[in-house]
Amino acid sequence: MANVPVHEWTLLEAARMVREKKISSRELTGAILARIEALDPKVHAYITVLPEIAAAQAAACDEEQAKGTLRGPFHGVPVGLKDIFCTRGVRTTCGSRILHDFIPPYDACVTEKVLAAGAVVPGKHNMDEFAMGSSTETSFFGATRNPWDLSRIPGGSSGGTAAAVAAAMCFAGVGTDTGGSIRQPASLCGVVGVKPTYGRVSRYGMIAFASSLDQGGPIARTVADAAALLGVIAGYDRRDSTCVDIPVPDYLAAAERPVKGLRVGLPKEYYEGEGLSPEVRAAVEKALKALTDQGAVVVEVSLPHTSFALSTYYLIAPAEASSNLARYDGVRYGHRAEGASGLIEMMSRTRAEGFGDEVKRRIMIGTYALSAGYYDAFYGKAQKVRTLIRGDFTKAFEAADVLLTPTAPTPAFRLGEKTGDPLTMYLSDIYTIPCNLAGIPGISVPCGFSSEGLPIGAQLLSKSFREETLFTAAGAIERALPVRRVAPLEG
Amino acid sequence: MAITREEVLHVARLARLSLPEAEAERLREQLSAILDYVKQLDRLDTRDVVPTSHAIETGTPFRDDVVRPFGDREALLANAPDRLNDCFRVPRIIED
Repeated sequence: MANVPVHEWTLLEAARMVREKKISSRELTGAILARIEALDPKVHAYITVLPEIAAAQAAACDEEQAKGTLRGPFHGVPVGLKDIFCTRGVRTTCGSRILHDFIPPYDACVTEKVLAAGAVVPGKHNMDEFAMGSSTETSFFGATRNPWDLSRIPGGSSGGTAAAVAAAMCFAGVGTDTGGSIRQPASLCGVVGVKPTYGRVSRYGMIAFASSLDQGGPIARTVADAAALLGVIAGYDRRDSTCVDIPVPDYLAAAERPVKGLRVGLPKEYYEGEGLSPEVRAAVEKALKALTDQGAVVVEVSLPHTSFALSTYYLIAPAEASSNLARYDGVRYGHRAEGASGLIEMMSRTRAEGFGDEVKRRIMIGTYALSAGYYDAFYGKAQKVRTLIRGDFTKAFEAADVLLTPTAPTPAFRLGEKTGDPLTMYLSDIYTIPCNLAGIPGISVPCGFSSEGLPIGAQLLSKSFREETLFTAAGAIERALPVRRVAPLEG
Repeated sequence: MAITREEVLHVARLARLSLPEAEAERLREQLSAILDYVKQLDRLDTRDVVPTSHAIETGTPFRDDVVRPFGDREALLANAPDRLNDCFRVPRIIED
């Protein structure tokens, strides 16, 4: 490890090196900030970089350590946050013009927990506007690029976080996942991403998109790092009424467990679609072989309503979004249109100026689906189909402990390739969306590269609150298929 | 399922989004395509299915009805696009 550049250390290695005083937090944080300065003009993973604040946090960590105190397991180590998590006193934009100057008066629960664990926050990561997108191209602040190929997208909506982690511009990050927004960019950037069970991580201070689907989770370069970070951010919080009060297990220990006897289900519907690239299929088959070589057993399962998940999601998520985003009215914070003569005109123009095309499109779909005369036909219908999709998983988990699928149908596509056609873009999330509808947890773990050198991820899904099983299976895949962790970008 | 231009404008009014003419037509086409796609749900018989509003049922948590003042009043007001003393100033509400 001594010869490895410090930015290539894993989160857990970096934390140990600080703890053992092999490096100071100042030096470690300085190395990451220097890397951001050198590489981020090309990648654009950050909306806001915080050199002074991070340096001050690092200095404070060093001083406290000199007096014998460690804040927590990530003492002095840079961990980034998607710009959807409120940070007290630090601009939080959610990738939108309407919040371009919003300074939150409080920290999100995730922010509090990451800071309490001792992490230093080097900045806020770029994202699709209000997390609505699969490529990070809808950000008001401009697209993020994939560090493995700068002509391609990093996935989305947590594309900034996945790109920053893959390019070693932080040791790990926290993103959010409403329909695949952690797992899909993790897959496209060659890193590990976890969508926890709904209710596992508090949504307090996490800017809402679709409240019944949104969940925060870790993005990291190794399964163990992701497990450790989930252990820090998970847990009950009374300020989120949907946060579940059950103990947080030792996820790190779970990542080390053997998979012998584990029942791995292959949902046939996920492998039948025409859109699945042969290279992705081959890489996921290698992940399966890694599991069976270590003693896991394969079972075929069926999730018969899979082909209805995308439609269900594209009614429920926009409906909830149209309600959540009603708060952006130019009255109390954020952008306000100039020169309006009345209140309604002010609000309508503020929202027209402040929201981008994709956000407007979803507000329109959601408002339509909830409007008088259409509620039962669209929103009500989608809620019923959601029940059928949940039922599919309940049944599948009678036969299997974990399901193995592709995370995304193809490796990273090129910038601009899908921006013209919303429905084609939505298809990038076809394998990740059902998990959010069912509330269950999922992980994407790297399992290979395409012939063009682009990362490919495999998705594992488990029953609610069985994230441990995901870490066990993902750990086994990672051990068998060691892949390069840091994208080969030169400064 | 095609939606009409009037419906697009009606929904935009409900959503408080002012729409230029050109944008209304583009949105009409895109929304029609998306609504066409989601109409596939009609192929499923859901007469006896209970709707899901939250995948993980936790019940409604209760808390005591007590006031807990937010400490940093100035930080809240500092975000105001237009502020008058401790008030958020807005254009006239009652129109002519």
